[in-house]
Amino acid sequence: MIVPVLLGLSLLVFAISHLLPGDPVALAAGPQATKTEIAALAHELGTDQPLPVQYWSYLTGLLSGDWGQSVLTRRPVLADLRIYLPATLELVVAAMALAIVIGIPAGLLSAVFVDRWPDYLSRILSLGAISMPRFFLGLLLQLGFAMQLGWLPLNGRYPIIEDPPPFVTGFLSLDALLAGDPDAVWLALTHLALPAIAMSLSPLATITRMMRSATIEVLQQDYVLTERALGLSRWLIIFKYVAKNAMSSSLTVIGLYVGWLLGGSVLVETVFDWPGIGLYATKAIVTQDFMPVMGVTLAIGVVFVLVNLVIDLLYGVLNPKVRLG
Amino acid sequence: MALLEIDNLHLAMRSFDGEAQVLNGISLSVDKGQVWGLVGETGCGKSVTGLSVARLLASPPARYFGGAIRFDGQDLMQADEAAMRRLRGRRIGMIFQDPTTNLNPVFRIGEQMVDVALHAGATDPAILGLPQGAPRRARLAAARQLAIRMLDRVGIPKAVDRVDDYPHQFSGGMRQRVLIAMALIGKPDLLIADEPTTALDVSVQAQILQLLYDLVGEEGLAVLLITHNLGVVAQICSHVAVMYAGNIVESGDVRSVFKQPGHPYTRALLAAVPTVQSVRGALQDLPGAVPDLIHPPPGCRFAPRCALATPACAQALPAPVPVGPLHSVSCLAVGAAA
Repeated sequence: MIVPVLLGLSLLVFAISHLLPGDPVALAAGPQATKTEIAALAHELGTDQPLPVQYWSYLTGLLSGDWGQSVLTRRPVLADLRIYLPATLELVVAAMALAIVIGIPAGLLSAVFVDRWPDYLSRILSLGAISMPRFFLGLLLQLGFAMQLGWLPLNGRYPIIEDPPPFVTGFLSLDALLAGDPDAVWLALTHLALPAIAMSLSPLATITRMMRSATIEVLQQDYVLTERALGLSRWLIIFKYVAKNAMSSSLTVIGLYVGWLLGGSVLVETVFDWPGIGLYATKAIVTQDFMPVMGVTLAIGVVFVLVNLVIDLLYGVLNPKVRLG
Repeated sequence: MALLEIDNLHLAMRSFDGEAQVLNGISLSVDKGQVWGLVGETGCGKSVTGLSVARLLASPPARYFGGAIRFDGQDLMQADEAAMRRLRGRRIGMIFQDPTTNLNPVFRIGEQMVDVALHAGATDPAILGLPQGAPRRARLAAARQLAIRMLDRVGIPKAVDRVDDYPHQFSGGMRQRVLIAMALIGKPDLLIADEPTTALDVSVQAQILQLLYDLVGEEGLAVLLITHNLGVVAQICSHVAVMYAGNIVESGDVRSVFKQPGHPYTRALLAAVPTVQSVRGALQDLPGAVPDLIHPPPGCRFAPRCALATPACAQALPAPVPVGPLHSVSCLAVGAAA
């Protein structure tokens, strides 16, 4: 399934980027460039070829690891992605981890105490979290925790004056852990905290609400009565037997949110000056530098498809009836 | 003293339209070794009676406003949730109607049974055959062994292999066997079975009833069997209580209630069972409908449908009148005749 999805995606992105008005080559060549210089650059970059030929060479390039070159930075797109994609992924993973670890129990408790104060509290908070724009929340967090309290760094991934741990995975916190440097782990995590919180709030709110409604439904099931009738404790029933049944709808949301956060990472990355693909893609879009845009889109596509593949497998873990033979 | 004594229990349930008077003074006493059938039509209060004994009705909407339930001398109306949990799954076991929905679909049956066994073992370590304070690993192993033994006991072939299967890998009848094994894992003194065979094929019904009958005999259990099927009662019960609209209208040993039904409702129920001799197309039904429990009729709740009703029937609820050594009927007409 992954191949046709990515093929279609590449075709779509390619078509859109070439249908847009404007001449990226002229832009890259600079305002002083002559027509001949622009034509030479166009020839060098291959943009003077017919579109199907360009697409074909792009496609074959993709497979051989050549994802094109940024017109602006003159660096290979794949090399840029190697740096920027892990930064964004680290942020998204941290945000989703927060959302799952808090959202699932919050939804369960909300359902257990339905129409009592814990439920009202969680419903008000999640409504607020969904309504709050991420960039604004980011600014508030910076104001509170970085400026006023001074607990956490204002922005960036790592202090500029420090040497980051050696690049292995691109996840700074993980690289620091691999390097066996606890101070570096701490630095990486403190930089990660605020942007991750800002990013986690909408998935957190959505997961809480999904979990709440699914749990309310599961609590009506006959087997919950049976489990109570056989004396199992309330918390064992809720956090083990009910939770596993109620989780599949949240799983769907988790899969969708990963894609949504990857695509929308620019808002949080801009506020926190986080060097991820969101910032990278935005710069590229503004300068009509299409190779990075296509690269970022495809990379997000690959991650999204892979995440949803994992999610599909997890459905089988949650529900044995879904398991394939 | 009887194992289970329900004494003049009154229960109301809050609903959108008002408070329904669901149980209107139920009295019942179940001894060890007795199998009581609780029969009546849908909505007569037989299931809530069973759930009340295990205190499984949420309150609200349920409101008990009179009477007592005593289990082995302990007043369950005064018991808190912790005390009830020590009884549930241990001294009081329950099985329910639909085996396809009463097992948690996403857990292996062994895992569910082990949790029940661990719970029963926490209340009484002897269940697992371990001394008090045995390490968790030992308790888990013992619980699993007990689960396998119980599955074997209720006739699941190759129990060792099937203990790690999921509920959907079992047929309906097999699932009900699993549920029976789960209910009996804590060696209960009382088994409450709420329509345990209603959702099963007739042939499987007979097997499950036979299994229950055998287990009851071997364990000396007291059973409260809730059903609307008089055939089931005749097959395995020693005693029967007939319920109508929140009242027990007649109770006694099965033989005498079925041979000499005293209450007009019991007679109507028995007459409604079709037999081979029944004329085709001439099913015997009972005129009228079940009363509205939010505004129940005064006095005898069956009076509006009763051919023998007199104005006196609407005055007060008739008290049970003994008509045999174990058999009593709550009906003025019977009282007058006796």
